[in-house]
Amino acid sequence: MAIFLTENSKVIVQGMTGSEGSKHTRRMLKAGTTIVGGVNPRKAGTTVDFDGTELPVFATVAEAMEKTGADVTVIFVPPRFTKDAVIEAIDAGIGLAVVITEGIPVHDTAAFWAHARATGNKTRIIGPNCPGVISPGKSNAGIIPADITGPGKIGLVSKSGTLTYQMMYELRDFGFSTCVGIGGDPIIGTTHIDALQAFQDDPETAAIVMIGEIGGDAEERAAAYIKEHITKPVVGYVAGFTAPEGKTMGHAGAIVSGSAGTAQAKKEALEAAGVKVGKTPSETAELMREIMKSLG
Amino acid sequence: MDLYEYQAKDLFARYGVPVLPGTVATTADEARAAAEELGTTVVVKAQVKTGGRGKAGGVKLAETPDETRAKAEAILGMDIKGHTVHKVLITPASDIAEEYYFSFLLDRANRNFLAMASVEGGMDIEEVAATKPEALAKVAIDPIAGVDLAKAREIVAAAKFPAEVAEQVAEVVVKLWETFVREDATLVEVNPLVRDPQGRILALDGKVTLDDNASFRHADHAELVDVAAENPLEAEAKAKGLNYVKLDGQVGIIGNGAGLVMSTLDVVAYAGEEFGGVKPANFLDIGGGASAEVMANGLHIILNDQDVRSVFVNVFGGITACDQVAKGIVQALGILGDDATKPLVVRLDGNNVDEGRRILAEANHPLVTLVDTMDGAARKAAELAAAN
Ligand SMILES: Nc1ncnc2c1ncn2[C@@H]1O[C@H](COP(=O)(O)OP(=O)(O)O)[C@@H](O)[C@H]1O
Ligand SMILES: [Mg+2]
Repeated sequence: MAIFLTENSKVIVQGMTGSEGSKHTRRMLKAGTTIVGGVNPRKAGTTVDFDGTELPVFATVAEAMEKTGADVTVIFVPPRFTKDAVIEAIDAGIGLAVVITEGIPVHDTAAFWAHARATGNKTRIIGPNCPGVISPGKSNAGIIPADITGPGKIGLVSKSGTLTYQMMYELRDFGFSTCVGIGGDPIIGTTHIDALQAFQDDPETAAIVMIGEIGGDAEERAAAYIKEHITKPVVGYVAGFTAPEGKTMGHAGAIVSGSAGTAQAKKEALEAAGVKVGKTPSETAELMREIMKSLG
Repeated sequence: MDLYEYQAKDLFARYGVPVLPGTVATTADEARAAAEELGTTVVVKAQVKTGGRGKAGGVKLAETPDETRAKAEAILGMDIKGHTVHKVLITPASDIAEEYYFSFLLDRANRNFLAMASVEGGMDIEEVAATKPEALAKVAIDPIAGVDLAKAREIVAAAKFPAEVAEQVAEVVVKLWETFVREDATLVEVNPLVRDPQGRILALDGKVTLDDNASFRHADHAELVDVAAENPLEAEAKAKGLNYVKLDGQVGIIGNGAGLVMSTLDVVAYAGEEFGGVKPANFLDIGGGASAEVMANGLHIILNDQDVRSVFVNVFGGITACDQVAKGIVQALGILGDDATKPLVVRLDGNNVDEGRRILAEANHPLVTLVDTMDGAARKAAELAAAN
């Protein structure tokens, strides 16, 4: 079954004709994703050839959905246009919008999130500034390399792209049901908790790896949620123990201010919720390996 | 980007938030001249990007120009929570009847904005927030609806501002909201917002954080960057478009992806415990499409850091191909020639790793050690840093 993205997902790409959009559309197609078209009002009516696959370009998300039955959009448009692109996707009523774009002003993210909320949260938003979501062997919506690992029973949720790839690689002998990169911005659509909940409900997921990083209190809230609602084994990793206060570590959201948002506090909260937390990505993978072996 | 108080107040003035005039001085003599010009009792205020200046002795009253000079002399060069004072603000002393607190900020947990207000503002607001949370009103702000006068009145009522100032404060709140939105701020804080004995409302302090992601629509924000205060290596990195933060350890770090680099710092610090407490010297994320040139720029900055004893290049090839990274390292070492003197530990995994490792093995550079795992490579880099 996997979560959020399955073999039945029909994907469109907003920004498909741009350089990043076209590069990754090609990669997603190669990974077996069912991509049914792109959106670009200035190139509507044309088609784009991706190694023999002709994809139509539509003027709007609504038109693309109507003509193709698309239920997922992957958004690659530049930061200054992203807010409008996401709002368009929400208004069209698409089920899942994966926002890859990095560098979106947080007022814009706050605005499209408020719009999603005001219209009843009918569209699941993943990101922004995220690597996307992959259900190995089924579909890939975003920029996660599809050849790191195959399908399996581990679910993975992470703020960081490369740590996602690293963890997929470490546990490639077991494989994954779905890997979700939720992004490192201060405001994100899908949270750790949303992914944890979905993995708990997914019969194909046996155990969960959760990767967090400094900043905010999402990991602490996820820990409380795990304690209450998650019965599947969870292994955790938190990055940023050595990050100094007041300096942004790459992600706009990765910043320790005062005593808030430290890696130590997050690790302690997770451990108090019964989550085994590794000191390094490899040690974390080792903890998961033992769990998977014991599950048989 | 955090602003200095004087920059925050300049922004406030533009949006009609009432502030006092002020002059920035970098020497005691300039401070004296500024006081003379103002011709009144002044306050000498340390300009550092941190709070609690008052408690640290960085805000002092001065009755005369000579006293201003003396106070500025004492404050300039002072260290406040790790920030050295290079500038002071000379501003008229205000009579204060009451001190209030007001802020707009990003509420990450609720994915919303938040207004916070209290009639018990001033230097002890943290204490008020901790011990008397009911005295700090918190009102959620919908990013689409924003703050009009009606919403501002609601916030002011929630914080129980006295009736005589309520309307005036509400008007200031609307202007602070305009500052928050139009400048793409993630924090606008006024503490204290004061009422003077004549009943006027004034912003005596200002803290503003601007969103760097919004700089494409704020060309003027570039002028607010304090170039002189930047670390020279950080400034050079920024000019080359690299995401670099200087830290105080000995192992230079280059990696791809913010999360992986953050994790690399931790793994190095953890391994360094065995080698007398060796620590990472920097954060450097060369990003997704690491070309040879980007790698060369990154290595150049790190090798120029006097504190660096060894370098750890940690790349997981996702989109980036490891052979490109390996070529980058070889080319960078070629460009740097005899300037490259520090040992390099390289760990490559992922996309095209075999070719990447082959290229490095073939180049057989005397400074480069290839290690298969991240933990093992961190250990090697820490060991080399301790030995050098
Ligand atoms: N212009 C001024 N006139 C009179 N008092 C002032 C003035 N500016 C600041 N103060 C007093 O000094 C205190 C600390 O100053 P402030 O600017 O708030 O710095 P910080 O918040 O860093 O301590 C204020 O709470 C206020 O009581
Ligand atoms: Mg203050």
